[in-house]
Amino acid sequence: MPASEPVRDALTQTLAHQVLGRLADQPGPYFGEFGGRFVPEALVAALDELDTEYRKALGDPSFRDELARLNREYTGRPSPLTEVPRFAENVGGAPGAVRVLLKREDLNHTGSHKINNVLGQALLVKRMGKTRVIAETGAGQHGVATATAAALLGLECVVYMGEEDTRRQALNVARMRLLGAEVVPVTIGTRTLKDAINEALRDWVANVETTHYLLGTVTGPHPFPEMVREFHRIIGEEAREQVLERVGRLPDVVAACVGGGSNALGIFNAFLDDEGVRLYGFEAGGEGVETGRHAARFSGGAPGVLHGARSYLLQDADGQTLPSHSVSAGLDYPSVGPAHSWLHDLGRATYEPVTDQEAMEAFRLLCRTEGIIPAIESAHALAGALRVGRAAVAAGRTDQVILVNLSGRGDKDVATAARWFDLLDDVGGDEAVVETVTSEEGNL
Amino acid sequence: MSAPATVSPTAARLAELRSAGRAALVGYLPVGFPDVARSTEAALAMVDAGVDVVEVGVPYTDPVMDGPVIQRAAEAALAAGTRVRDVLGLVEAVAEHSGGRVPALVMSYWNPVLRYGVDALARDLAAAGGAGLITPDLIPDEAREWIAASDAHGLDRVFLVAPSSTTERLRLTARASRGFVYAASTMGVTGARATVGDRAEQLVADTRAAGAENVCVGLGVSTGAQAAEVGRYADGVIVGSALVRTLLDDAPWTARLDALARLTGELADGVRGARTTTTRTTTRSTTMEAAS
Ligand SMILES: Cc1ncc(COP(=O)(O)O)c(C=O)c1O
Repeated sequence: MPASEPVRDALTQTLAHQVLGRLADQPGPYFGEFGGRFVPEALVAALDELDTEYRKALGDPSFRDELARLNREYTGRPSPLTEVPRFAENVGGAPGAVRVLLKREDLNHTGSHKINNVLGQALLVKRMGKTRVIAETGAGQHGVATATAAALLGLECVVYMGEEDTRRQALNVARMRLLGAEVVPVTIGTRTLKDAINEALRDWVANVETTHYLLGTVTGPHPFPEMVREFHRIIGEEAREQVLERVGRLPDVVAACVGGGSNALGIFNAFLDDEGVRLYGFEAGGEGVETGRHAARFSGGAPGVLHGARSYLLQDADGQTLPSHSVSAGLDYPSVGPAHSWLHDLGRATYEPVTDQEAMEAFRLLCRTEGIIPAIESAHALAGALRVGRAAVAAGRTDQVILVNLSGRGDKDVATAARWFDLLDDVGGDEAVVETVTSEEGNL
Repeated sequence: MSAPATVSPTAARLAELRSAGRAALVGYLPVGFPDVARSTEAALAMVDAGVDVVEVGVPYTDPVMDGPVIQRAAEAALAAGTRVRDVLGLVEAVAEHSGGRVPALVMSYWNPVLRYGVDALARDLAAAGGAGLITPDLIPDEAREWIAASDAHGLDRVFLVAPSSTTERLRLTARASRGFVYAASTMGVTGARATVGDRAEQLVADTRAAGAENVCVGLGVSTGAQAAEVGRYADGVIVGSALVRTLLDDAPWTARLDALARLTGELADGVRGARTTTTRTTTRSTTMEAAS
């Protein structure tokens, strides 16, 4: 296909970024020694087509305008910035010594940051003339966002979801079905996100001519890690301006939870080249890294290949993928986006585990101090922010500004939280919650 | 540059069979199913029943190119404690049992190879008498380390092509491969199918035209009739799921081995009968024209 003007523009831009060496514009396929394309040959043509179409679209004002319009009118962007002083008091220290600001991706339509990437890719699907989208989902937020975009744009939609996750996030299964998507529970392997991706890849190999795999995070083969970052970079760009306007300077710390890494990369990206801003990614520490039941790829894994990319990976001595564990389905994944591995090895971002227990405490704290019910995924970032804030207070620092990406809202997690905190003992135990959100499969 | 740095044992075997007027039968089994000892027994039974090349699978937790049958066998093999290094023993057994006549290729997803060490595995595989590796999720673009290691240790490297591959990629893959190029008959994962993809014959012709010396076809072949059909135009017929399925049964082990040998025999008859009914020379010269 002949290169049109916009393609050349996009490529020139990419090259210029490479020369300037801005971390924020690092192009794929490689992020340092991570990334790449470890896929069956059958998928290469589709990945090339996607890459071409994506680069063309980036340079096409009509694409950018349409995406900007949807972001504004459909998603409700820009998402607000909310200061949470009663929550921040819990780090101790003098009042106002540590200020915590939340980037409210939870207020987006469909309830999380996932919609940013989904709308971008869904518009590309239309441009490519494909009629069917498939997706994997863990917490269900990406599946819901994909089902939503499919309804909006008239696409057929199939979502693969590990059977264990369909149980913990039953409400989102119902939402996807309401939106007209087919939800396929995956019953092989660990029955969580990893196996949902395997099934989606198998579907894609067989149906690639009509089908786009709408991957939900910054993992996978090139161009996904770069492309998904581009669709999420708006989070950090908005937040950077909002913080500048609100506090008159850049934040000291930016904190986010890291599953595959899309919300974290989305908010980090605008600050990557601001040397004074410290970036923290919080992974699922599960029951504790020492127990082996966690999803802490950086403290418990090593570089390897899974799902098309080389990155940090939970694996055994034979390179077999180890199962991950987390109270939060969205962080329960044994690998991580290659850009995070790159930032980790560069020392540009710090990655730490947060246990289930710490995350649930932060979850409850935000509910009770600020009237905001966060997603359990996002609660890992909140717990991490408390930890960083306490360390700052202990070090005698004052005037610290911590920006936290509140990646999603907690409606989907009410059943899990009710069980965790025994909230419904007096009204029939946890069966009551499960029943309100689970129904006969066919009825939904 | 397609001149191999070493003489490929698999290519030599395929050439021998070509002069005998037939395609090779390539039989796949995963090591460790139902356990390492019995998987070795099964591979040798397959050799005795007439496979020309053995393909030994390394069980892997995330086999995205495999359908349910091979997934189940791999899961069971891992649950039984199979290690990557067990593949070396099986390869050695095939080499010994066949007096080096039957090349044994290892099929592995990439991460187990990376973790073992690319050069270390190449070294150990060559020492065990193995012929090379088939890499379903490694494309030549990402294979620099493996190309160097396979050259250093004189191993075959079998990359895949698919009906979606462009001419440019067929050329790239043909150039990078040694032994043969694995043509996926259809867009999809492994598993028996009622018909072998109708795009397979064209893909074989296109891959030859792109410079491949040998092209074997896999995915979906499960019967002697299908083997005969594919054997008409391909240099080899690769059968996986159908063979594995004979072992997945609940029947006593000896009965499962019998079923495996029976199916292998039927497939071997298939490739032997392939070119007696049609005029092989015509088929061949047509494709040779396309190649030149
Ligand atoms: C609210 C929320 N936050 C975070 C994540 C983790 O994904 P990522 O690391 O790609 O942002 C998910 C995934 O399901 C999610 O639903």
